[in-house]
Amino acid sequence: MKPIDYREIDGGLPFYSLVAAIGVFVLAALGAAFYMEHNGHWVTGMSNQIVWGTPHVFAVFLIVAASGALNVASISSVFGKSMYKPLARLSGLLAITLLVGGLAVLVLDLGHPDRLIVAMTYYNFKSIFAWNIILYTGFMAVVAIYLWMMMERKMNRFTKVAGIAAFLWRLILTTGTGSIFGFLVARQAYDAAIMAPMFIIMSFSFGLAIFILVLMGLYRWSQRPLGDTVLMRLKNLLGVFIAAVLYFVTAYHLTNLYGTENLGVERFILLDGGIYTQLFWIVQIGIGSLLPLLLIYGPTGKSRLWIGIACLLTIVGGLAQIYVIIIGGQAYPMELFPGKEVTSSFFDGIVAEYSPSLPEFILGIGGVALALAATVVGTRVLRFLPESLADDQVDPHHAAS
Amino acid sequence: MSEESGIDVYRRRFLSGAAKVAAGMVVAPGVIVHEVSQARPADQPVTDAVRWGMLIDSNKCAEGCNDCVQACNDEHGLTGHDRPATDAQWIRKVTIRDKQTGHTQTLPLLCQHCEHPPCVDVCPTGASFKRSDGIVLVDKHICIGCRYCMMACPYKARSFIHEDLQDQLPHSPRGKGTVESCNFCVHRVDTGRTPACVEACTNEHHDAMLFGDLNDSNSAISQALEQYSSRQIRADLQLNTGVRYRGI
Repeated sequence: MKPIDYREIDGGLPFYSLVAAIGVFVLAALGAAFYMEHNGHWVTGMSNQIVWGTPHVFAVFLIVAASGALNVASISSVFGKSMYKPLARLSGLLAITLLVGGLAVLVLDLGHPDRLIVAMTYYNFKSIFAWNIILYTGFMAVVAIYLWMMMERKMNRFTKVAGIAAFLWRLILTTGTGSIFGFLVARQAYDAAIMAPMFIIMSFSFGLAIFILVLMGLYRWSQRPLGDTVLMRLKNLLGVFIAAVLYFVTAYHLTNLYGTENLGVERFILLDGGIYTQLFWIVQIGIGSLLPLLLIYGPTGKSRLWIGIACLLTIVGGLAQIYVIIIGGQAYPMELFPGKEVTSSFFDGIVAEYSPSLPEFILGIGGVALALAATVVGTRVLRFLPESLADDQVDPHHAAS
Repeated sequence: MSEESGIDVYRRRFLSGAAKVAAGMVVAPGVIVHEVSQARPADQPVTDAVRWGMLIDSNKCAEGCNDCVQACNDEHGLTGHDRPATDAQWIRKVTIRDKQTGHTQTLPLLCQHCEHPPCVDVCPTGASFKRSDGIVLVDKHICIGCRYCMMACPYKARSFIHEDLQDQLPHSPRGKGTVESCNFCVHRVDTGRTPACVEACTNEHHDAMLFGDLNDSNSAISQALEQYSSRQIRADLQLNTGVRYRGI
């Protein structure tokens, strides 16, 4: 195997144009956040019933995907698969940028984004949220050190140690993210230990889908060779992760369906929940899981275009899944008086209405844009991308075969 | 002789009963005065010697009556914007109907001031906190507006301030972008008064709400709780709520 030659992507007009194009979405998101904060949250679709809305869907998606994007690096450093080594730097970079994008959305949706310093200085250690603040910032630091070990020749010998630390950290981090919901005893749709491992496997899937798309996009844009060997490995792995998410979703719903007390919420999500039922079956399961599996393992699995589409559908399915979890979980009324019908002036006992407002959506998209912009700028200023990922570069057996 | 002794017994019972009633009449106002006199001097810290609680009798809660809600809104300046989905409600009237029997009841629902409040557990900054005397509050200065407490509260007792506020009342400061809920009228309780909702209910002679110290076995609320069966909403969560209900 030849030594890997990493190089920054080219600057100049195409680079600045790309950054500017993505930057427009970031600026729009800042405008949307200012609009929501200035007027107050009543201008959004959120209410006292649906307290977390579309921004949280994007934020949680990006945060979950961030830890998953690190997988490629972990497979290389922790599990010693040399084929993934050339991809490890981009994997680490994406892990940081996606997290930054997600956190930015989360912070900008707070009632008081100006009190970020309060969140960083006052801690209630019984709160998983407080732990997550430490886990998220710590993750960025750990991955930054990991990248340094990988990118600084003198430090290369510490790569494995740093890689193991980052891998363990990401497992804890996603456990923390899943537990935001898993620890909520109040609501029927949450309060389940399976949330933590399910979020970990979701992160594998979403993170890898984004990684493959960004990899294909950057190599096409910078006109560098990207061989089929790498891509076929990655897409097969994505298929396994998509199937694993399906398994966890099935286990979660089957467990809920067994207990009579949860039949109401299950009926709501699976049968008569309107938009949430449609999002679950059509988007999350249909076009977000089964279709990508078909595209990946069917005859289309050799086509880059179809692999790209499969990744995109996985991302769309992932967003739908988190939408159903976060918003569907809140829309279903809390069981205050089991066996009774409840009515009040405060929307007790009825399915809460929610439709995403434009500013919320723009803020969410802005988080994605921020992650992408930071990734592009990162690859411009530092050597994240190998000059070539052609088959003879990455596969030690390629010449022989 | 035996007949005489029977009369004596009767007489004794009557007299002792009368004495008890008399004593009750003398002491009861004293109990009430005693409760009111528990007003904590301003320079004394709050202690857990007291645990404030409320007993709501849904049998006495009149359908269509909204006095407690109105009193709360007036007391805390909760003026709505005709946007029910985002307007704050600290206390609300809830009607419950048994799916099997059709039996209908009405009751006020407010922050239950749990001994183990989930909102306090999940709050990242500690802005949601429980005072030593059991009152659950939000420190509006360190609330970052993340709404995790609203996700965690099993009683849907909390509201987020969705817009700018005008004409705030000095004794009940609020803040756009923060979360708030019933605070048991802490400003009144600290000066020996009862919460506004309870006062309104009593003034209208409904007497469906009783407020007092759960730690004081002589308090009217403790005695009522000892005498009658009561329950907590979502008792399965074992939060040991400060608000208890009769008749549900």
